[in-house]
Amino acid sequence: MLGLAPLHPDEIQAIRLSLRVATWAVIWSLPFGVLAALVLVRGRFPGKALLDTVLHLPLILPPVVTGYALLLLFGRRGVLGAFLANTFGIVFAFRWTGAALASAVMGFPLMVRAIRLAVEAVDRRLEDAAGTLGAAPRWVFLTVTLPLILPGILAGAILAFARSLGEFGATITFVSNIPGETQTLPSTIYTFTQVPGGDAGALRLSIVAVVIAALALLASEFLARRVNRRVTA
Amino acid sequence: MLEVDVSHRLGAFELDARFTSDGRVTALFGQSGAGKTSLVNCLAGLIRPDRGRIAVDEQVLFDDRAGISVPSYRRRIGYVFQEGRLFPHLTVRQNLLYGRWFAPQVDRRAGIEPVVDLLGIRPLLDRRPSRLSGGEKQRVALGRALLADPRLLLMDEPLASLDDARKEEIFPYVERLRDETQIPIVYVSHSVPEVARLANTLVVLADGRVRASGPVGAVMSRLDLVGLIGLEETGAVLDTTVAGIDEASGLTRLRSAAGDLYVPRLDLPLSSALRVRIRARDVMIATKAPSDLSALNVLEAWVAEVGGDGVAVEIRLDCRGESLVARLTRHSVERLDLHPGRRVYAVVKAVAIDGNAPRSGGRQGEGPRETSLADAEEARP
Repeated sequence: MLGLAPLHPDEIQAIRLSLRVATWAVIWSLPFGVLAALVLVRGRFPGKALLDTVLHLPLILPPVVTGYALLLLFGRRGVLGAFLANTFGIVFAFRWTGAALASAVMGFPLMVRAIRLAVEAVDRRLEDAAGTLGAAPRWVFLTVTLPLILPGILAGAILAFARSLGEFGATITFVSNIPGETQTLPSTIYTFTQVPGGDAGALRLSIVAVVIAALALLASEFLARRVNRRVTA
Repeated sequence: MLEVDVSHRLGAFELDARFTSDGRVTALFGQSGAGKTSLVNCLAGLIRPDRGRIAVDEQVLFDDRAGISVPSYRRRIGYVFQEGRLFPHLTVRQNLLYGRWFAPQVDRRAGIEPVVDLLGIRPLLDRRPSRLSGGEKQRVALGRALLADPRLLLMDEPLASLDDARKEEIFPYVERLRDETQIPIVYVSHSVPEVARLANTLVVLADGRVRASGPVGAVMSRLDLVGLIGLEETGAVLDTTVAGIDEASGLTRLRSAAGDLYVPRLDLPLSSALRVRIRARDVMIATKAPSDLSALNVLEAWVAEVGGDGVAVEIRLDCRGESLVARLTRHSVERLDLHPGRRVYAVVKAVAIDGNAPRSGGRQGEGPRETSLADAEEARP
């Protein structure tokens, strides 16, 4: 890969797992991220400040605390975990899905912040104009608001994706470090640094992490520029 | 038929407006801050009034006592905003067709092709709004509102954000819209020339209240509104038709209910309708039929009303049923013993044509939107 020393199959597995975890984390959290941004910008209800704080907690709390909270809530005997396992058969504990959940929660504040800025920048008079042209509120949202905040949504998604790839503390606390299941790129690098002779593997994977992060940033720049050209007044 | 009776409080400002209109074009006239935009927002459903009733053609859109408040997207009221408000993420064509997606199939009267031609926007169709000039944006905004097949079209100072040259570029399109579609229009403006050129019914707003409403000629010549309409602009509005051209003198004869008016040659076909304004400052009064006078237009009239208590006095004249307004000094009024019922001669020094008139042959008026045609030999003071 990129002319480097060939990667060990376990390392490739870790990279693929990380990409899968990050992708699912973003896909599942995106609708909630858009909703949270809309509610925080436009909603008027008691407890809005509290909601804002709770959503931002993962950004400031030690990741271990977030991971432990997830373990308490979504573990096999956790309130939500037991419910989801019994009702839908969805299990998070010690599965890659748990890693995706941890990544989603950790990346959520960043995602919401990016989308929120875009929602705040929307000229609401355009939405009024759409209303006078016969568009019901849901159509106004789909045909005016959503396209206008698209750059923010993309930026938020890519931020969350990059954050997911780097997610370590909450993941290892919540779903441990099981090769092939929850051992993501950062966990693998960490494991390499803990064993004698692991330096080469740690370095190889670190370079891979840098490359993926750089590609994600480039992609976000490219997308943002394209969308901006389409959207700018 | 438009019936409006609304009250609404916005902070310290209180809107309390009531009027009815069955004109094709209703002008809402008033200075900025008079409540014009709030009132049209009530009509469009963007503001929900505290109290009142709004009905268009017998259909009630808002009635607080009956608990009716039709949401804006069901009102089918087109709105042309001051700043255009085109959707930046759509092309001009997509902007134009936006309302079409939501208009009921059966109500689609206006086709995109005629509207594109009417507004002269064919070359713009594939552009984004960011690549349009201010005047082009407003034309597209007009088209977009029109293509949603509205039963009423609101225009909130659609020309206000444009410079004078652009205004002159758009205005003919607004006039064509008025003449070629059957949609009633509510036109918000603080410009007397615009109102005089477009409107049938005039509603004068001040401090959130309707101070006068009625046919544009009658309201414009009301002496008690001089302060609101403006000293410079107070005057009469006359509907005329082109009755003939005198080849020898090069003058065009306009026939109006008040009498014939001669203006420098206009290149308009016979019988064309033309609305003209005669400003109070351009009318002198003589008590005997004047002879040896350079002015061409002398109309027989009767003093109907003497108003004002300053040094300058406005006089409303009845000219075969039409109103003319003259501004004189109090001294002159007393010297000539002008009082209601007295027969006089109105000497019209200048006829302002705010509209379609070609500029050739006329002197440029000081208002950039108007071609003000002084009588041929008459120099304006």
